[in-house]
Amino acid sequence: METNKYLNDITEIKNMMNRSSRFLSLSGLSGILAGVYCLIGAWLAYQTIYTDSNNVGSYKNLVLTEDAMKRLFAIAFIVILFSLLTGIILSIKKAKKENEKIWDASSKRLIINFAIPLATGGFFILFLIEKEIYGYVAPLTLIFYGLACVNASKYTLGDVRYLGITLIIIGLASSYFIAYGLFFWALGFGICHIFYGSMMYFKYEKN
Amino acid sequence: MKNIIQNINKAFDHRIRLGIMSILMVNESADFNMLKELLGVTDGNLASHTKALESENYISIEKQFIGKKPNTRYIATKEGKKAFKEHIDALEKLIQKS
Repeated sequence: METNKYLNDITEIKNMMNRSSRFLSLSGLSGILAGVYCLIGAWLAYQTIYTDSNNVGSYKNLVLTEDAMKRLFAIAFIVILFSLLTGIILSIKKAKKENEKIWDASSKRLIINFAIPLATGGFFILFLIEKEIYGYVAPLTLIFYGLACVNASKYTLGDVRYLGITLIIIGLASSYFIAYGLFFWALGFGICHIFYGSMMYFKYEKN
Repeated sequence: MKNIIQNINKAFDHRIRLGIMSILMVNESADFNMLKELLGVTDGNLASHTKALESENYISIEKQFIGKKPNTRYIATKEGKKAFKEHIDALEKLIQKS
């Protein structure tokens, strides 16, 4: 009888600590979909880059026309836009279902802490592109996105931390095998998102 | 057993006071509205519980103005954090014992 009360107290403490400091409505399903969009994007990018004259792995003599460049940026932009929209819409849905607020101190904190490493990386990569150093673009997007996930994980579901660490490792591997950027990209942003997204989906949302 | 029960703090023996302390343990500070929303309590109810915790020196209250709006922030004191940790430890021990 007494023990039950103590147990309830502990549960209540944990619940309050989590709800007041973490944004828990992050949707795992949106992670899965983001991964799918990314794989489609990577396939389209593959079609654009590796035409008959460019073989896989011959990154150094890879010649991209201005048209191909534009197409790649358009693909990247659309993938990011769709992923963000899906993430926002599904998280709003999940928050509504659980009677939580979508825009409160915890979601603001999550976005700010996710955005700091991501924006740093974003500007860094833009400067690299401006200086026409393309080789490290793919690895760096993975590394900075991974760092952003690790940083943000303190303010949302803890699983995001492992996604981040995995992406950092894939990013580092990708900077070593620099010719295979697109494949590491598909592996990191595509497969990892799907894997960790489904893990979170089955853990938190299925019921 | 007796020792452990002594560590169960009467000041935290209420759902709302327990909630207030849990929130302040993991947040640098929380304002009145944030506490109200998270705990789902009325103004008067929350005010009486924060007063009780303040009189024990477990939380401090800061009043300030954000623009023209008065804003009340609550912060857990060192004493309060220590007392709450001991309370949690005691709870966990009691659960393990049985």
